[in-house]
Amino acid sequence: MLLTFDGRAYDLRPGESVLEGMARHGVGIPSACRAGSCQACVVRSVTGDPGPDARRGLKPTWLASGYFLACMARPSADLAVAGAGSDIRAPARLVSVTDLGPGVLRVRVRTDRPLDFRPGQHVTLSTPAGVTRIYSIANLPAEAAAGGLEFHVRRYPGGAMSGWLAGARPGARLAVGEPAGECFYTTASAGGPLLLAGTGTGIAPLIAIARQALAGRHAAPVVLVHGGAEAASLYLGPRCPGPPAGAPDGAVTWRTCVRSAGEDIVTAVTEELARLGGDPGRVTAYLCGGATSVGRMRRALFLAGMSLARIMADQFLPATT
Amino acid sequence: MSLYDRLGGPLAIRSVTESFYRRVLKDDLLAVYFDDVDMDRQVAKQAAFLTMVLGGPSEYTGRDLRSAHRSLDGLSDEHFDGVLAHLAEVLREAGVGESDICAVGAVAESVRADVLNR
Repeated sequence: MLLTFDGRAYDLRPGESVLEGMARHGVGIPSACRAGSCQACVVRSVTGDPGPDARRGLKPTWLASGYFLACMARPSADLAVAGAGSDIRAPARLVSVTDLGPGVLRVRVRTDRPLDFRPGQHVTLSTPAGVTRIYSIANLPAEAAAGGLEFHVRRYPGGAMSGWLAGARPGARLAVGEPAGECFYTTASAGGPLLLAGTGTGIAPLIAIARQALAGRHAAPVVLVHGGAEAASLYLGPRCPGPPAGAPDGAVTWRTCVRSAGEDIVTAVTEELARLGGDPGRVTAYLCGGATSVGRMRRALFLAGMSLARIMADQFLPATT
Repeated sequence: MSLYDRLGGPLAIRSVTESFYRRVLKDDLLAVYFDDVDMDRQVAKQAAFLTMVLGGPSEYTGRDLRSAHRSLDGLSDEHFDGVLAHLAEVLREAGVGESDICAVGAVAESVRADVLNR
């Protein structure tokens, strides 16, 4: 098969994705999850059909312009493609990078144009050198408009992105992708309790979801569970940070869970669901963090009587580049 | 009126399917076969199957049923009977009468050979 990319022709092997094929030819397309969810690898079709999998989850305006996901496109006939260019990623500048706790940075980034997002969604950040990673947004739209988007970034030894952020100066240029992800609060969840559980920096978007719900006068109980491998991984400490002004006392239950101390987050969320009482079908759960923990919690909550349609999950995947 | 309509249509089927799947996952004999499956996809497939056996509007052909089960080691009549028992129990909980449950069981029987690769 013939793949024309920005006017040059390359061969594409059967079963190979556009992303894999171009990488084999030494042409890198920015990418992160490679599984169709982060939308970092969007490109635009000029002629030919990239197939339905490559268009899944993209917003209608993008589809109308011919955008598709290079990681999910396994065309069965010739295809001509143009790189997405800068029109899909918002130019941005670093506002600040501070230590939030052991091994976690609080990163603030201001985009040149406002981004429309819901708390709980994630974006890609790209450095000028093209390193691209996915991060969940940790603050609310009004706060982001005033002081920039906030992210909680785990520092990894030798990490290409976290290392760059730790050494970058305020004002440094980067690019922010379109907000994506389905783990956010809707009015469908307004009537019942919220159970939010995250491991590591997965707690950051969950706190934003809880704060948004409470700011919107969510009246039913809100339970947040933060899990970590060690006590030191609980970088926000033992108490719930920043419930919104005006939220009633005791509106939020905060529980921590340390794996090395024998505390299992799956047991903890199951206990909290039971403590909420009533019909588990009325509870909405938000789960965020490592794929294994999120998968186990999802199964346990389903078995405890929750409907799958009310379990929103966002699994963090390790970087692939 | 089909049993599907009497139970309450698509939303009710979704809820019955989740109860059914929950029972299967709690059954040690069956649960091991579901360790690595995508739960959303599994519920969607089971809802399509239940819609068919309950006489609802269904395009269900079960065409991939044979290939989907072929690689599962040790699958036997005992497993198939176990699944049928959970189906009957879930319908009983939903208030379905015994004669209807028997009729549903007979329709479900029609896929035994495909599931067990005979």
